Amino acid sequence: MSRLRFAFVYALVAVVAIGGAVALLLIGLGLRGDDAVAPEPPVAAGPFVAQPGQVERGAYLARAGNCGGCHTARGGLPYAGGRVIETPFGGVPAPNLTPDLETGLGRWSAADFWRALHDGLARDGRPYAPAFPYPDFTLVTREDADALYAYLRSLPAVRRANDPGRLRFPYGTTPALAVWRALYFRPGVFAPEPAHDATWNRGAYLVRGLGHCEACHASRDALGGASAAASFTGGALPTQHWYAPALAAPVEAGLADADATQLVQLLKTGVSPRGAVIGPMADVVATSTQHLTHEDLFAMAVYLQPASGANPHATASRAAPAVPDAPPDQMKAGAAIYHDHCARCHGDAGEGAAGAYPALAGNRSVLLASPVNVVQAILGGGFPPSTAGNPRPYGMPPFVATLDETQVAAVATYVRQSFGNRAPAVSVLEVARSH
Amino acid sequence: VSTRAHALAIGTALALCALGAGAADRAPLRVPDTLAERVRACTACHGPEGRATPYGYFPRIAGKPAGYLFAQLRHFRDGQRENALMSDLVSHLSDDYLREIAAYFSGQDLPYPAPRPSTLESAERERAAALVTHGDAARGVPACTRCHGDAMTGVQPAVPGLLGLPRDYLVAQFGAWRNGTRHAATPDCMHRVAQALSADEVSLVANWLAAQPVPADAHPAAALAQALPLECGSVASPAGTASGAAR
Repeated sequence: MSRLRFAFVYALVAVVAIGGAVALLLIGLGLRGDDAVAPEPPVAAGPFVAQPGQVERGAYLARAGNCGGCHTARGGLPYAGGRVIETPFGGVPAPNLTPDLETGLGRWSAADFWRALHDGLARDGRPYAPAFPYPDFTLVTREDADALYAYLRSLPAVRRANDPGRLRFPYGTTPALAVWRALYFRPGVFAPEPAHDATWNRGAYLVRGLGHCEACHASRDALGGASAAASFTGGALPTQHWYAPALAAPVEAGLADADATQLVQLLKTGVSPRGAVIGPMADVVATSTQHLTHEDLFAMAVYLQPASGANPHATASRAAPAVPDAPPDQMKAGAAIYHDHCARCHGDAGEGAAGAYPALAGNRSVLLASPVNVVQAILGGGFPPSTAGNPRPYGMPPFVATLDETQVAAVATYVRQSFGNRAPAVSVLEVARSH
Repeated sequence: VSTRAHALAIGTALALCALGAGAADRAPLRVPDTLAERVRACTACHGPEGRATPYGYFPRIAGKPAGYLFAQLRHFRDGQRENALMSDLVSHLSDDYLREIAAYFSGQDLPYPAPRPSTLESAERERAAALVTHGDAARGVPACTRCHGDAMTGVQPAVPGLLGLPRDYLVAQFGAWRNGTRHAATPDCMHRVAQALSADEVSLVANWLAAQPVPADAHPAAALAQALPLECGSVASPAGTASGAAR
């Protein structure tokens, strides 16, 4: 992995040398529509006055976009920034979005904010690192961007200076980002597809735009780019040891045989008759989706239905590779651990307990090709978030202090090859990597 | 444990523990709708009903003052206390639920096991006992008993007891206060105390405390017998100006 990255650095330097010149030329020619070198527009005269209802609308949209998920530090003041988004290329601190004049957006105009969201350019014209998901946010309409701006202007100003970026050289440089943008970024506002109804289009707008689901639920290449072809194909979360299942694939999180109501329930409450969210998706439910209206969540679910056409991969059946039997010793050890530690809640046959403990038989998280999620669940346990629909969730204990890596691998393997489940055995090495 | 830091873009993954496609033939288990059942994630480490023993690392939480437990849960959630497992577990639990969990464990009125035998020499025991019961006025270190109660079983609602806890846990808390990974409400009196003690003294005191039997009445005292010797943001100050009882 590190060797690969090492080679990649050299490759990138070469790409920067050639591509940088090309990208600057493109930008210079104005072909990208970036206005990267345009002078800062003058600060609007007089205080900003929101239109009626605009602040409330913006507050809701900020939830839909989960802005606070990154721009609010743990235990910190809302939208005052400070959380560092770790990427394989270094850390990107989320800046202060409150209207403080010196450290926040106090001097920003609505046009500056639009340019950040739509073009991924800072007020001084420099490109943002795509940890700020502007490749998704570019689809947001000007009207919604202005409402978000109005909401952020309405927040109490918090003086909190932004932390310096921690991207390793050369990833954070303007030429490197220009190359990245030339390869992966296309500005464009969401255009409703006439072939689909308003609900589908609303869902598409939220899922692909403000909701930026693809930021995690898409595979990324070595440059951290998600291509259009990779939409909702699932992605390993770099630095987090979680896997965001493919929303398009029925065998992962795909919705081929789950009705929209259950997905709405999962996003609204954190639990559904068939499971619960833990890990990074619990963050999303807690700070974003639980606050959305039933109509918007339903629209998102409709858009993600395979029959809707959003998911070209959904109906294509994957040829399931033959899964070899796990070593009998590992299964035997795993069975013993399961019956000591897991069966009381998840049941002798992995049947689970409705509303409290997910069934493991047929559980897609258990059956993913990558075992990282089931290993993470065993190691760290977790509670789904407290939500209006599930204020007092049942929890799962962490086993990192109770079971060693060999035992975790054994019980994960047992769960993946029992109760009718069929997924590859888990090695001790795979557990160690998640540790 | 993985860093769980937020990843590329707003770190989110469908850890969709879910969608068990009806493969189970059996009827699902029935689960009691009780807090005891809901907090099984806690009791795996903190012991049944929260009564972890003085052996190992995990502290007993059964019977500790509810205000103290609630403050700790919030601190793990909001970052004033560092422990990746605890923080991840409670990161999305509401104040209401955390208050309920704190009250549940606080209400567990259960016997304590015998303490762990001391490994101290008699001279060390005397030195530790002197620090605990008299402090060191020259360095501004108050006796433990001044704040944690004469019996050191804690004081309602926010001061924890010091007995029945593992030695390693006590040592780790002093370390966390010294290096700033554990905070209490400002002014943070325990930070001052931890700064004033040497590593050697911390080890002696922790070892001594872990070896003390818990008195027959192990309940926290109802109120402080006298004004606090230091200002503590977690409890009413010596001047009597309350400042955020549980924080």
